[in-house]
Amino acid sequence: MLGYTITQWLFGVLSLMAIMFALMVVFTRNPVNSVLYLVLTFFCIAGHYLLLNAQFLAVVHIVVYAGAIMVLFLFIIMLMNLNADTEPRKHIVTRVIAGCIGGVLLFVMVGALKGAEQLQLVQGGSSQIGLVKNLGKVLFTEFLFPFEIASILLLSALVGAIMIGKREKTVEEIGN
Amino acid sequence: MLNGIPINYYIMLCAVLFIIGVVGVMARRNAIIVFMCIELMLNAVNLLLVAFSTLHQDASGQVFVFFIMAVAAAEVAVGLAILSMVYRNFKSIDIDLLSRIKN
Repeated sequence: MLGYTITQWLFGVLSLMAIMFALMVVFTRNPVNSVLYLVLTFFCIAGHYLLLNAQFLAVVHIVVYAGAIMVLFLFIIMLMNLNADTEPRKHIVTRVIAGCIGGVLLFVMVGALKGAEQLQLVQGGSSQIGLVKNLGKVLFTEFLFPFEIASILLLSALVGAIMIGKREKTVEEIGN
Repeated sequence: MLNGIPINYYIMLCAVLFIIGVVGVMARRNAIIVFMCIELMLNAVNLLLVAFSTLHQDASGQVFVFFIMAVAAAEVAVGLAILSMVYRNFKSIDIDLLSRIKN
């Protein structure tokens, strides 16, 4: 097919879809649609992980991001009853300036890449490091201490979220 | 047949995704959308880390992505708790409105 391999076709299609959905996240007015487009973007990124032979990360990405985090976002948006009518919009000048800054930033990044060496191929097909076995070995030997710290971080985030989200007692309730 | 993809393409893709996130943070007023754009930027960086980890055949990059995901989960939990608290007190999560509210 036009001299491209399957991997290159998949890369192109997944990249285009990821960029398109990411643009839709920013440009859709309804927050609920924004969340759903972000979920689709995350699925495209998970596809990229599979293409890079990082199977464990692909599964964790779908479970943690698409499964847990985005459901949390959706839950909060529905709790606040946000929709396209209540959506505040920035002034048109601000949005145009934001777009210009983004364009200039992209120009700088692409320009910085111009001098980089070409054709260092990422060979995802034969790689074994993304498997649970190899990743687990590294995680529990070399990175054992950060792994334990991450558990403390998650616990403190849990306690913090509960403390912040708890309804504060009003004056009358304290009086009673 | 699995031929490789030049690393430059991955850098370009991640740069574009990251910049879409940056533009989203600057152009939107809804605090939750801003938060989602930050997630998008984190994911662009994650993808690049995995690409380089595969390029150099080194598992450290993928372990880093694992830790970034753990930190992002913690960040989202606390951040959304703060946002729901702000909404309960001010009945709005418009960041332009909230920046004027202290006066």
